[in-house]
Amino acid sequence: MTESIINFYELRRKQPRFQGIDAGHRACLGCGEALAARLVLESTGPDVIVANATGCLEVFTTPWPESAWRVPWLHSLFENAAAVAAGIEAALKAQGRQSKVLAFGGDGATFDIGFQALSGMLERGHNVLYVCFDNEAYMNTGIQRSSSTPHAAATTTSPAGKQRMGKRHLKKDIVSIIAAHHIPYAATASVAFPSDLRKKVRRAMAIDGATFLQIHCPCPLGWGHESEESIAVARLAVQTGLFPMIELERGELTGAMPIREQKPVVDYLKPQARFRHLFADDARAREELEHLQALADHNIEIYKLLGSGVDALDSEGADTVRRGGNRWG
Amino acid sequence: MRQTLEGSQAIAKTVALCRPQVVAAYPITPQTHIVENISKLVADGALQCELVSVESEFSAASVVLGAAAAGARAYTASASQGILLMSEVLFNIAGLRIPLVLTCANRAVGAPLSIWNDQQDSMAVRDAGWIQLYCADNQEAVDTTVQAFRIAEQCELPVMVCVDGFTLTHTLEPIDVPDQDLVDQYLPPYHFARALQPRQPLSLGTLVAPDYYAEARHSHHQAMLHAKALIAQCDRQWQELSGRASGGLFEVHGASDARIGILALGSIVGTLLDAHAAHVQRDDVQIIKLRSLRPFPGAELAVALSGLSDLVVVERALSPGGGGIVGVEIRSAFHYHGVNVRVHNVAVGLGGRDVPLSTLDRILDLVAHGSAEEFQILDVQLDKLPPEDR
Amino acid sequence: MIEIRIHGRGGQGNVVAAYILATAAIEQGFHAQAFPSFGAERRGAPVAAFVRIAREPVLRRSQVLHPHFLIVQDRALLQVPEVTVGLSAGGGILVNSSKPSAQLSALLGLDVVALPAAQIALKHLGRPLPNTALLAAFAALTGIVDGGALEQALRLRLHGKGEKVLQANLELMREVNASVPAGQWYREEYAANA
Repeated sequence: MTESIINFYELRRKQPRFQGIDAGHRACLGCGEALAARLVLESTGPDVIVANATGCLEVFTTPWPESAWRVPWLHSLFENAAAVAAGIEAALKAQGRQSKVLAFGGDGATFDIGFQALSGMLERGHNVLYVCFDNEAYMNTGIQRSSSTPHAAATTTSPAGKQRMGKRHLKKDIVSIIAAHHIPYAATASVAFPSDLRKKVRRAMAIDGATFLQIHCPCPLGWGHESEESIAVARLAVQTGLFPMIELERGELTGAMPIREQKPVVDYLKPQARFRHLFADDARAREELEHLQALADHNIEIYKLLGSGVDALDSEGADTVRRGGNRWG
Repeated sequence: MRQTLEGSQAIAKTVALCRPQVVAAYPITPQTHIVENISKLVADGALQCELVSVESEFSAASVVLGAAAAGARAYTASASQGILLMSEVLFNIAGLRIPLVLTCANRAVGAPLSIWNDQQDSMAVRDAGWIQLYCADNQEAVDTTVQAFRIAEQCELPVMVCVDGFTLTHTLEPIDVPDQDLVDQYLPPYHFARALQPRQPLSLGTLVAPDYYAEARHSHHQAMLHAKALIAQCDRQWQELSGRASGGLFEVHGASDARIGILALGSIVGTLLDAHAAHVQRDDVQIIKLRSLRPFPGAELAVALSGLSDLVVVERALSPGGGGIVGVEIRSAFHYHGVNVRVHNVAVGLGGRDVPLSTLDRILDLVAHGSAEEFQILDVQLDKLPPEDR
Repeated sequence: MIEIRIHGRGGQGNVVAAYILATAAIEQGFHAQAFPSFGAERRGAPVAAFVRIAREPVLRRSQVLHPHFLIVQDRALLQVPEVTVGLSAGGGILVNSSKPSAQLSALLGLDVVALPAAQIALKHLGRPLPNTALLAAFAALTGIVDGGALEQALRLRLHGKGEKVLQANLELMREVNASVPAGQWYREEYAANA
């Protein structure tokens, strides 16, 4: 048995970071969403109020009479987190209080059922940071397709079979739709790049207005990879170009995390059971793989993602949870 | 001060007197004038509040939910399809025990599309866990609105003030709108003990497993039952200040030894009273105005009406395939409390059909000849239907 | 109880006329109620509004089926059969028209008083809005409300539109008062606070 050189618990204790979600919640092993929510609240600090849509995050953090939240937190319904957050914000305004309001929702709550309320909140410009924890399907009800599910991914409602190669439709480009509201700030982030994620949260927190953050969060159960691979899988989504990391201000693209070397999409797809059918000896499977590679190439082209990586925060140089990166620097 | 106002205008002025901090609403006929008038008061600086013009009734209810949970007094209004669109939130507000006031400008529910008055909308959400108070005239709408905030905030239950759309909301009449001092005296500033605030981070709306759910429902039910005394008390207290009462849980007009009772909700009560005073003038007839549908004063009605031989329950909604709604509840209460009154049950005035003074004669005919059916739509014109649909 | 039905076209201020008349009656010391014929309004489509005036509080909420008086904002509406339906026996019709009253009375076989309300309004207000003229004429004909009560009702309704608009309306009222047969429809029971 080797002794650890660094006592991580001691180090964590010394960090002045605020922990908004406490240990002991009931998320699955390797849950990307739990990590993302913790990272978001580390950056916001305690002076926030959270409106949380129905979903895994709400369920695994608050089995009555327990709660993992160290911030004031309200769950109402699946499709109204943005509107509830707007109401909280209006109340704070009326009372002259300064706390920042956060709205949390999964991709189902954001892309689909809660989209109208979200659009309304953004249009009215409430001082709310809306965070979408995007794990690309309805995981809380047992992995059904959402409009965020990637093309060709198998879910229980878009299964692969003799006639189908998983989901027939494309992943909705939510951040472009959000940016089209011309809100001050919208961005995508990934749990594989925590410093970048924190930076984007801090950026949004500093803005008095509606802001939006889409965080790519692997779901080991729904995606069908090993629990300890969550971060590696999330990183590959960025490095292949399938999940572009971008920032948009008032609808204009203002930032993109460069990719030093583009990885082939099969590197990302292979570890995930939801794409297993694409690796069968089948002409349709090969065609779908080409489609997915083309989608990644398209992202790289339109966002000009390929770069030399002079920036320390490119997809290679940026810290990751696994490697530690420069997070302690 | 006595003013000549349209119902909607009077309700808007009264809401402003209650000093809401957040108002959110989505326009729908016949609620529109209420929201327009509130918007004007805000635009003129007569009301200081955050007015959130949302994109749907669903969001209207969600915004006021969030606002009240954050410790602000909040108000919304809707009708018909709007009430149904927000129905999921209505259940949620009540289950969270969040005090709110909503005006329902009662309107029929489509299809067929009807913008006119009946009470199908509020009846459809009677199980949402809200207190429901029905107003017989615009004065009651004003007084009940003030009382509703006090009731809601004292028992942490939302209150729906039901006002007949068009029939009341669009009618101009003399209305006493109370002075600000009076309302301030009656309505202390809003304080929500579970308000969302970082210094005391509570979690609201958690997941409840089977081991606690029944207890949560029981406590909600008990709170509604306890609210009966509070509704009556708040009406008395408002009467002490303003000189006007709205009838507590229900109100009986007519001789105490009457044999025939007619029970109704909302503006139809006035028409029945007028018809009785102007034409019928029978001292064996009582007219009962049911003000509180939820909580339902079943035991209290059973005591008050036990001397009758016949009671006609007149509704402006129905449960297709079931029949009357209030009628069933009255029959159940009478049966449980051993009250032997023959209960007739009719619906009138659906989808805005005029309820003329002659309605009272038809009701009394029904009592005289006995009703052939457990429930019927009294003013239906069967000759308009093909034979197979009659 | 006196019941009045006001016919007009969407956009002519039909409901406003009913509201002003009820307000005037309340200023006079009566109880009153005014309401539109509920429904979707289209500009130009025939619409109606109702007024009830009584000594006791008005409790009933039913439609007015047998009005004592009709006020018709557009003469062409007299051709619409529903307009004159239900008028009480001996009831009067006040209509915005430049035709002689006698001619219209003969045509309909009913007691009609015609007033060129739009023309008078055009002269005083610059726009052909028949409301104030018709209400002033109604007040003068019936004596149910006097000029002072109507003036007060106009003040309340026109509040915020400026003193100039109010004065133009009051000037218009005076001209109408002088041009209709005052008291033609007066009945003992209409006297205020009797």
